[in-house]
Amino acid sequence: MPSPTLWSRILGRLLTSLVVAWASVTAAFLALHVLPGRIEDILAGDVDTPGLREAIAAEWGLDRSLPEQYWAFVSRIVGGDLGTSYVLRQPVREIVGSQLWPTVQLALTAGVLAVVLAVVVALLTAGRGRLSRTVASALELVLASTPVFWTGILLLMLFSFTLRWFPVSGGNGWQALVLPSIALALPTAGLLAQVLREAIEKTLDQPFVTTVRARGVAELTIRARHVLRHALLPTVTLGGWLIGGLLGGAVITEKVFGRPGLGSVTLGAVLTHDVPVVLAVVLLAAFVHVAASTLLDILYLLIDPRLRAA
Amino acid sequence: MNASTHPSGEATAALAPADLVGLDAARIGVAPGRRTYPPGIAAAALFLAVLLAVAAAPTLFTGYDPLTGNVLEGLKAPNWEHLFGTDRLGRDVFARTVHGARYSLLIGLGGMAISVVAGVFLGILAGLRHRLLDEGIARVFDVLSSFPGVLLAMLVVTFLGQGMVNIAIAVGIAGIPKFGRVVRAQTQLVRDADYVTQAAVYGLGRGQVFVRHVLPNVLVAISVIATVYVGSTILTVSGLSFLGLGPQPPTPEWGVMLAESRDVLRVAWWPAIFPGAAITLTVIAFSTLGGYLQKRFEGRLA
Repeated sequence: MPSPTLWSRILGRLLTSLVVAWASVTAAFLALHVLPGRIEDILAGDVDTPGLREAIAAEWGLDRSLPEQYWAFVSRIVGGDLGTSYVLRQPVREIVGSQLWPTVQLALTAGVLAVVLAVVVALLTAGRGRLSRTVASALELVLASTPVFWTGILLLMLFSFTLRWFPVSGGNGWQALVLPSIALALPTAGLLAQVLREAIEKTLDQPFVTTVRARGVAELTIRARHVLRHALLPTVTLGGWLIGGLLGGAVITEKVFGRPGLGSVTLGAVLTHDVPVVLAVVLLAAFVHVAASTLLDILYLLIDPRLRAA
Repeated sequence: MNASTHPSGEATAALAPADLVGLDAARIGVAPGRRTYPPGIAAAALFLAVLLAVAAAPTLFTGYDPLTGNVLEGLKAPNWEHLFGTDRLGRDVFARTVHGARYSLLIGLGGMAISVVAGVFLGILAGLRHRLLDEGIARVFDVLSSFPGVLLAMLVVTFLGQGMVNIAIAVGIAGIPKFGRVVRAQTQLVRDADYVTQAAVYGLGRGQVFVRHVLPNVLVAISVIATVYVGSTILTVSGLSFLGLGPQPPTPEWGVMLAESRDVLRVAWWPAIFPGAAITLTVIAFSTLGGYLQKRFEGRLA
């Protein structure tokens, strides 16, 4: 049964994340107003049709006072209305909605793959003598330092052009998901394994591990059952960062593999200065990031009793 | 890369910036005084020295022009005349890779300089006094780090337009919380230290205390984090260039070269291998050196 301190901590964490989400919306609003140039021009992007500026001014209520505009902006976003793309002549919500799934699919697959890879590598190599440690940490450093688009290009070269195992580009079927997910997962897996291995090695020195070992439990069982659970906790705080990184990396990965998704939409929008679309994607990513790290932090509080006190 | 928005994120960031490439949060116990350099560190330092020389005077290393080539000599595999082969337009890939060092270093370091200056300013402002200001700046850091770096940079480019300076500004803005949080925590720590109180007792003004005692302490932390962080800045920059948001063709920037190589991948591997290896090696070198510095100064960072 969660204690009152736990509840107040969870509530506090939720409140902080709400403040951050609200602040990011406010930052978006301020950015539009602080930037040089008329807001109508900023929002219109590269389009210039007669009457468009007036239509934008009407839609955004630009003749009203600043607090009123701000209130309208916040309530629109809370209501899920992300505005209109004047370049694509479509509501932003429809554009983002139609391209969301391929990106989510890619990011999720890569995320799971990265975590599995990191856990396996860290479990097998932590505290196993100098050689395996050196090899593993060198591998992790290389993975974490390789740009995701270069990994993608190398994979394409090897598996699509030379071996012809996987399609070169496109977004259909699981075959088209394999290489992009691997490319996106590898750098994240490298970083995660680095952190996890350190945590496992620290845990292996703990007295409780010696106790378990003294009971005659097999080494791999000790690692998988006892040490990993303990060592995973500090890694959980990296989760929010991980998701942000995967979303950003997905944009680049999609470009390498010619996959449809938020990446190509965002890139197109950046090049045509389609501010409403880019703004929506960035805000969406920030919300996902904040929500994920909040959830993980709360999970962390629930799992680790030491954090509940004080 | 962003720090996670942990409730106590600012404080933890100072002690263990756990999300940096080449990180070593757990090895805090390493003795700070040793003077031998592991072979990896020496290799990294040597590589970076060569890279600096290449960036400063690329013409010393190659006689070929990175911008012009003979189309008839296009897509030749590596040979003695063209060590890294030639690209689609017959330009020497070695010459382009060598000339590219300058762009990656300039944009990466420039972007980081923006993060450092803004981060130090905001961090010290937040750390010195005044709770309300502190709270406000801490939230600004939270907001900035809640946007994934690449996407935040893309937003900045949407507003400012494509180009080298603009992507430097873009990654610079994304990196502000990284430095700001550490400086804030560090400032708070030093602010309450006994020797600062003592300096104040001896009659030093707040400005003097700040310049003599707070700033030097913060600078050590900053330079260590900066070394670790340059690597990931260069990664982001090359990614943005690859997307076509930075320097434009025919500039021999590594990300741009990789984007061009994507179109000829079916027939030629060499235009894709060398610029990518250059980025990766540069990032590895910076991370290795940064990780080493971090370990050595760990005691002083906390």
